[in-house]
Amino acid sequence: MNATVITPDLPELEPPRSFFAHGSGLRSWLTTRDHKRIAILYTITITLFFVLGGVAAAMMRINLVTPDGALMSAETYNKTFTFHGVVMVWFFLIPSIPATLGNFLLPLMIGARDLAFPRLNLMSWYLFVIGGCFTIACLLLGGVDTGWTFYTPFSTLFSNTNVILVAVGVFVTGFSTILTGLNFIVTTHKLRMPGMTWFKLPLFVWGMYAVSLVMVLATPVLAMVLSLIGLERIAHVGIFDPALGGDPLLFQHLFWFYSHPAVYIMILPAMAVVSEIIPCFARRRIFGYKFMVYALIGISVIGFLVWGHHMFVAGMSATAALVFSILSFIIAVPSAIKVFNWTATLRRGNISFEAPMLYALGFVGLFMIGGMSGLMLAAPALDIPLHATYFVIAHFHYVMVGGTVMAYLGGIHYWWPKITGRMYSEGWARFAAVLMFFGFNFTFFPQYVLGYLGMPRRYHAYPPQFQTLNILSSAGASILAISYLLPFLYLGWSLYRGARAGSNPWNARGLEWQTTSPPPKQNFLARPVVRKAYAYDEPAPGTTA
Amino acid sequence: MNSGGFFHLLPNASTYAGPEDVLWWSMVGLCSAIAIGVFVVMFVFCIRYRKGRPADRTLAKETLPVELTWTFVPLTIFMGIFVWSLFLYAGTRTPPADAETIYVVAKQWMWKIQHPGGQREIDTLHVPVDVPIRLMMTSQDVIHSFSVPAFRVKQDVLPGRYTQLWFKAIEVGNYRLYCTQYCGLDHSKMGGKVIVMSRKDYARWLDRHDSGTSLAAQGAALFRAKGCSGCHGANASVHAPDLDGIYGRIVHLADGRTVAADDRYIHDSIMLPDKQVVAGYAPIMPAFSGELTESQVLALMAYLKSTRPGTQPAHESTRR
Repeated sequence: MNATVITPDLPELEPPRSFFAHGSGLRSWLTTRDHKRIAILYTITITLFFVLGGVAAAMMRINLVTPDGALMSAETYNKTFTFHGVVMVWFFLIPSIPATLGNFLLPLMIGARDLAFPRLNLMSWYLFVIGGCFTIACLLLGGVDTGWTFYTPFSTLFSNTNVILVAVGVFVTGFSTILTGLNFIVTTHKLRMPGMTWFKLPLFVWGMYAVSLVMVLATPVLAMVLSLIGLERIAHVGIFDPALGGDPLLFQHLFWFYSHPAVYIMILPAMAVVSEIIPCFARRRIFGYKFMVYALIGISVIGFLVWGHHMFVAGMSATAALVFSILSFIIAVPSAIKVFNWTATLRRGNISFEAPMLYALGFVGLFMIGGMSGLMLAAPALDIPLHATYFVIAHFHYVMVGGTVMAYLGGIHYWWPKITGRMYSEGWARFAAVLMFFGFNFTFFPQYVLGYLGMPRRYHAYPPQFQTLNILSSAGASILAISYLLPFLYLGWSLYRGARAGSNPWNARGLEWQTTSPPPKQNFLARPVVRKAYAYDEPAPGTTA
Repeated sequence: MNSGGFFHLLPNASTYAGPEDVLWWSMVGLCSAIAIGVFVVMFVFCIRYRKGRPADRTLAKETLPVELTWTFVPLTIFMGIFVWSLFLYAGTRTPPADAETIYVVAKQWMWKIQHPGGQREIDTLHVPVDVPIRLMMTSQDVIHSFSVPAFRVKQDVLPGRYTQLWFKAIEVGNYRLYCTQYCGLDHSKMGGKVIVMSRKDYARWLDRHDSGTSLAAQGAALFRAKGCSGCHGANASVHAPDLDGIYGRIVHLADGRTVAADDRYIHDSIMLPDKQVVAGYAPIMPAFSGELTESQVLALMAYLKSTRPGTQPAHESTRR
């Protein structure tokens, strides 16, 4: 795809050749060090993983249509939800926004030519692909039945499945996360162009920075805990199993010390994306920019201190429960600030409702509902009955799927013209966004009710009184599945037939819109103009509008 | 079973369920109010400031007070909920002094219940109404979780330690029991029921299932059969601690620590005796972790609790 569009606002040094034009063979892609190409490699990879994880989800929802679990045996069901969890968490949600949009946009947004360590960036992708393919192969050939949480001593001494192999796969993939985080941190510190001061950075960059800190600090704990599982399984060193003198709760502490921050690895980038989209389509500077920055940093720091709220009924002391509870309430405050500021950004705006905006508004609504159900779980008195029921499933799917996936797709739509140089069908995109919002609620709202009524999670079969709500949920899932398939069609179509986008189809601010679409290999042909972030009260540089 | 139709609400069958439900519905109300409030504001903005509609679009000054308001108002509300929940939660932690203890051993994939009178049942727990019940629970293998939604109680059941849970049922009936911690293949089948009976019916049920030996007496028999009395008995020639009245006593360990002889200490001293060696004794006791089931340890413990210092082990006489 050789974009020959020359925008009039750029000095004509040479005809801008898009980064797609620098070699088209497989080799040129597999050896690339261009952050934009690596972002596309990541996008293709995680899309495949998302489809695999989605198929597993569909199988579970079909199985749960009948109370006796007619589709699969208990063993298959247990392996299926493990597959769904492992793939979606580690191979889709965690890399989703940072490795794709973050990789593509971070250098563009700060006026850099590439990330600080381009080779390392490529290596991250290779680690990710190797870890991902290995893990998925182990999950498909034999499988694992522990759930993505690997709780001990079940995972260490009782499960007869490929626990070690999958742990190795996740372990390897963890390094790809750490290296990406490291790359982003150094890039943000060292490669901002002259004039791009910290408080001129778009919130997307702040979000990537905050999430990178969490990635670098939390992921090693996962590596540690997976190694300890291996040690206990292979060498029978008593770490977690009480029969060997170990402590099963130690595992949960270590696991959630990683996995709760991991939740913020998934949601912070989503917040970052939405903070770009809403100002653009409301034509307003984001409300409370500095508070939004502090909220991002606050969430990533306090996120390390709340892991114990996963363990209120696990046998922890009342004092510990009290401390983890109050911290969990406190971390809800920055999230609330963000919701209020997004809403306030709409005030006195000039709002239009293109597809990315619909995704972003959907994100705010679903994230808010998910967040508030999290408040209920933060109170130990309510967590006792709700813990490990479908209420928890609904809660984190509202945040992870309603939140992160909506924002990810919003970001894909928003930056699609920049990445590919093409426009997609606006009508179909809006339709998919609205369908997704309804399909999502249809799928997961009944699960809140199921949880309140006491239906436990990870049940292959369930008492018949829960059937109606389960059928509703499965019916919603089929709508949700259609809404996820639609973008494949119209986005795929746009690659070949879409209208040329021009460098700034949304009339957005941000440096990435000051270069051609798709950007040239070196990102900018002329030095972009740095101004305050979200300067929607001023005309775009180089335009008369 | 409480098999209502669609949208049957949960019965409030314990003393905790009512107050918990008040907090729950208050939270549902509060969250709905906030959500609807934000949605309405978003909706109004989207209509009023949509592109092409004439409106006042002068930039409002961002003021610190606005930001501080929506920082501290939510914080205050959250702290209020926290304190409310705290009081409720505190009540779930400590069973009343007059609570009756029933022992629960979880294993893949069943619940084994032992009543102090020696009655045993599987996947069914009979309890009297209006009497506080304390469940002392442990697991034979992996982590399980004992959950009765109608009582709003749940507690993980761990191998190698005892967790407790208490409730006071207020309505006669059958209520579903679930395992809510994923425990392997038949996790979803590891259920059962709690049968709440009137006190009179409960007493009759206990009589009907009387095996003739109380849990403590079963423990006393095990104490001899497994050879414990050979060393710990009054006439033993081996130098081993005297265990009469051990429960609750302060024990000095060989490594200088002092511990209270609670459930976990006694459990570990039987199963993994090398973990905590009593000062002045050689670590010669073999580990019984492969020898005894958790149910048997509970019986031994019931026996040890029934002994008094300086008395000969009581057998049948320990039954009340």
